[in-house]
Amino acid sequence: MHATFAFLGELGDAIHFIFVKQTSRGGAEVGGTQLLPLLREHVLITVVAVAAASAIALPLGTWLGHTGRGSFLVISVTNAGRAVPSIGVVFLFFAALGAGFFNITLALVLLAIPPILLNAYTGVRGVDPDTVDAARGMGLTGTQILSRVELPLALPLIFGGVKTSTVNVLATATLGPAAGVVTLGDPIINPSSYGDAGRLGAAIVVAVLAVGAEVGLSAVQRALTPEGIKLAEAAPRQRGLRLAVPKRRIASAS
Amino acid sequence: MTLDPTLVLAQSEGGFFRNRSSGVDKCVESNGFCPSWIVHHLDRYTTPFEQHLVLVVVSVGLGFLVAFALALLAHRRRWLVAPVTQITGILYTIPSLAAFFILLPITGRGRTTAIIALTAYTLLILFRNIVDGLDGVPAEARDAGRGMGLTERQLLWRVELPLALPAIMAGLRIAATTTVGLAALAFYAGAGGLGEPMEADKAFDSNVVAAGGLCVVMAVALDGLLLLTQRLLTPWTRARAA
Amino acid sequence: MSIRRIIPALAAVLALALVLAACGSDDNSSSSSAPSTSSSSAATGAAIKKDSANGKVTLTVGSKNFTEQKVLGEIYAQAFQAAGYKVKKALNLGDEQTALKALKGGQISGYPEYTGTALLSFLNVPAAKLPTDPGEAYDQVKAGMAKQGIEAFPPTPFTSSNEVGLLKKKADQLGVTKISDLKSKASSLTLYGSPECRTRRDCLLGLEQVYGLKFKKFVPVDIAQRHEVLTSGQADVSIVFTTDPQIKRNDEVLLQDDKNMFPPYNSTFLMKTSTAQKAGPDLPKVIAAVNKNLTADVMQELNARVDLDKDTPQQAAQAYLKQFKLISS
Repeated sequence: MHATFAFLGELGDAIHFIFVKQTSRGGAEVGGTQLLPLLREHVLITVVAVAAASAIALPLGTWLGHTGRGSFLVISVTNAGRAVPSIGVVFLFFAALGAGFFNITLALVLLAIPPILLNAYTGVRGVDPDTVDAARGMGLTGTQILSRVELPLALPLIFGGVKTSTVNVLATATLGPAAGVVTLGDPIINPSSYGDAGRLGAAIVVAVLAVGAEVGLSAVQRALTPEGIKLAEAAPRQRGLRLAVPKRRIASAS
Repeated sequence: MTLDPTLVLAQSEGGFFRNRSSGVDKCVESNGFCPSWIVHHLDRYTTPFEQHLVLVVVSVGLGFLVAFALALLAHRRRWLVAPVTQITGILYTIPSLAAFFILLPITGRGRTTAIIALTAYTLLILFRNIVDGLDGVPAEARDAGRGMGLTERQLLWRVELPLALPAIMAGLRIAATTTVGLAALAFYAGAGGLGEPMEADKAFDSNVVAAGGLCVVMAVALDGLLLLTQRLLTPWTRARAA
Repeated sequence: MSIRRIIPALAAVLALALVLAACGSDDNSSSSSAPSTSSSSAATGAAIKKDSANGKVTLTVGSKNFTEQKVLGEIYAQAFQAAGYKVKKALNLGDEQTALKALKGGQISGYPEYTGTALLSFLNVPAAKLPTDPGEAYDQVKAGMAKQGIEAFPPTPFTSSNEVGLLKKKADQLGVTKISDLKSKASSLTLYGSPECRTRRDCLLGLEQVYGLKFKKFVPVDIAQRHEVLTSGQADVSIVFTTDPQIKRNDEVLLQDDKNMFPPYNSTFLMKTSTAQKAGPDLPKVIAAVNKNLTADVMQELNARVDLDKDTPQQAAQAYLKQFKLISS
């Protein structure tokens, strides 16, 4: 009982920290609007990293999916992306290149590539072959098929990859302060001037930010999904167990 | 640990102080990537490796038990699938570093907190894969089973689950490899793991590569082990492929 | 073997394994216990003798989050273990406030603090009243912490203060030898310090209040990078520690504290008075034996072993205890 009250008390302090700027021991201003520059840095590094990763992985993934080649590369990159810990990549770039926004962005770009690549590949690859044949029959060239048929149909899955990467990078950006980039992770990694209330408060803000990004981007993803596909997805699967099932799970799970 | 002979000399002179003006390993001094240093100092990663492995195995194991129970419940009561997916989805989305410190006031600093957060993360992947695996069982197989007089329970354990095994194992493999990566953060919660030595000297290339590399080794090994288990448990898929 | 039998069996084994693993958890230790030393220390004349009566007492040794602290934590942990106590470690906790909180909350039994830090951060002694004599500093800390139910054990010979450091060539270029020399120059200089430096009176806050320095920019950086930022040219001035081995290696200069902003910083082991009483008469003896040879030179050598030679704190601590015959080799 006492522990519950203690926890609620800490929670109250944390919420207070999030919304009200206060003076810590030693006179630094923390909390409230002081969190805004941290938020800005956090969102900025996420957006830059995901944008750069998309610029690399989207063309590559969609092209590989269209031609059907390179599945080994995509699977290897995906597996490597899963096996290597994100903190390892961040610290490796920190060790090799030093601290700083640019250096750590490079690390985050590397982390952001695998889900985007995988989803772009499986998205384009997974377009119904009959549809592609029909388009070919209508006289469309390869590039036209890609841009007018495959990409629009693959868009939801492709965007899903961008969404996954965004949430992953957002989470990893919490480590930024350990590598010299002062993001919302600062009260968590360096709690000394923020205190326990600050640390819990920042943790809550990061969690809300991540869930918010996921929910928001999912809404965009749904908006991008053509009606026909939404209906098809909703129908129970009558087909037999395909070994492709795990792959699709991989695509949208990660 | 192998010492440079000039260093050893200074120490054995009865003095405690090493001679650092000569015989210094240039690679180590510049915090570079030194494969020989890694090979000679692997022993300092054994305890963190063990802690890391325990975290992963316990979290994935617990996650599997919980997800499996939820999936069995949801198999018969379809209305459960959406809410469970949503809740486990939220748990999945919350960054583990944030989760550690949200749990901290309740469960304190240490292994318990880390395991709770890591377990919560695996639930979505495992739940979805088990449910999809069960959903993917062909209707004909179910009909055949019912035709043979199997009860619902026998149908589940003798027909549906074995056929769902590939999807379930795929989920386990993903959960295991992603948990290895996340457990590298567990030291922030005071739970040890390979992240601890990594962060202790994060400016030293060799150290980061060694600790991170051991994470990769663990992930690959667990993945391979689970794949092997899958092959052993589903001999019919091999026969079909043959 | 049918699936039907394997899966429940696997589940049972898995559940059993999970229960065993989770129950055996050491929630307070971030690493395994210290390596076991030979129990018959009497044979080789080691100073710390194992008393099995101490085995009833479990001590969790904590430390703050930089090299010297980790080494000191390891030294005490291994020494306590040699004396027969059951030892757990919770090193690398964070800054002094985090460590004190863990001590008061019972998560750790004790940790090595510095007299200066205790005076400034725990007892809030105003700048004008800070002692300059190490003995007096310790007496004040002992009295002040006793009021909080904490015992401060007699300190080490070495003192390791915060220092204002620059590369020698930069110091020569600016023509500075004392901190007050920076008064006119600070507005064009960048200072790098730990994240908590901004709010500490023995760091940036104190430099602003006591010396009136207004730096062009203050950049918070990981403590571990405090010398790196000087050699890479990012920092003009950095806050370093007296016992850092990098000072000599990088040819750095420590500015003289002419206004006595920094109090003495001898290391004193803090423990709750109640815990100390339960630990029995061996505890103060072990601490005293450990502290005896921790001179500034020795501490700097230990720091060098970890920071420069890449030994682990555990190895450095063990080397110290063996060298000075506190434990047997």
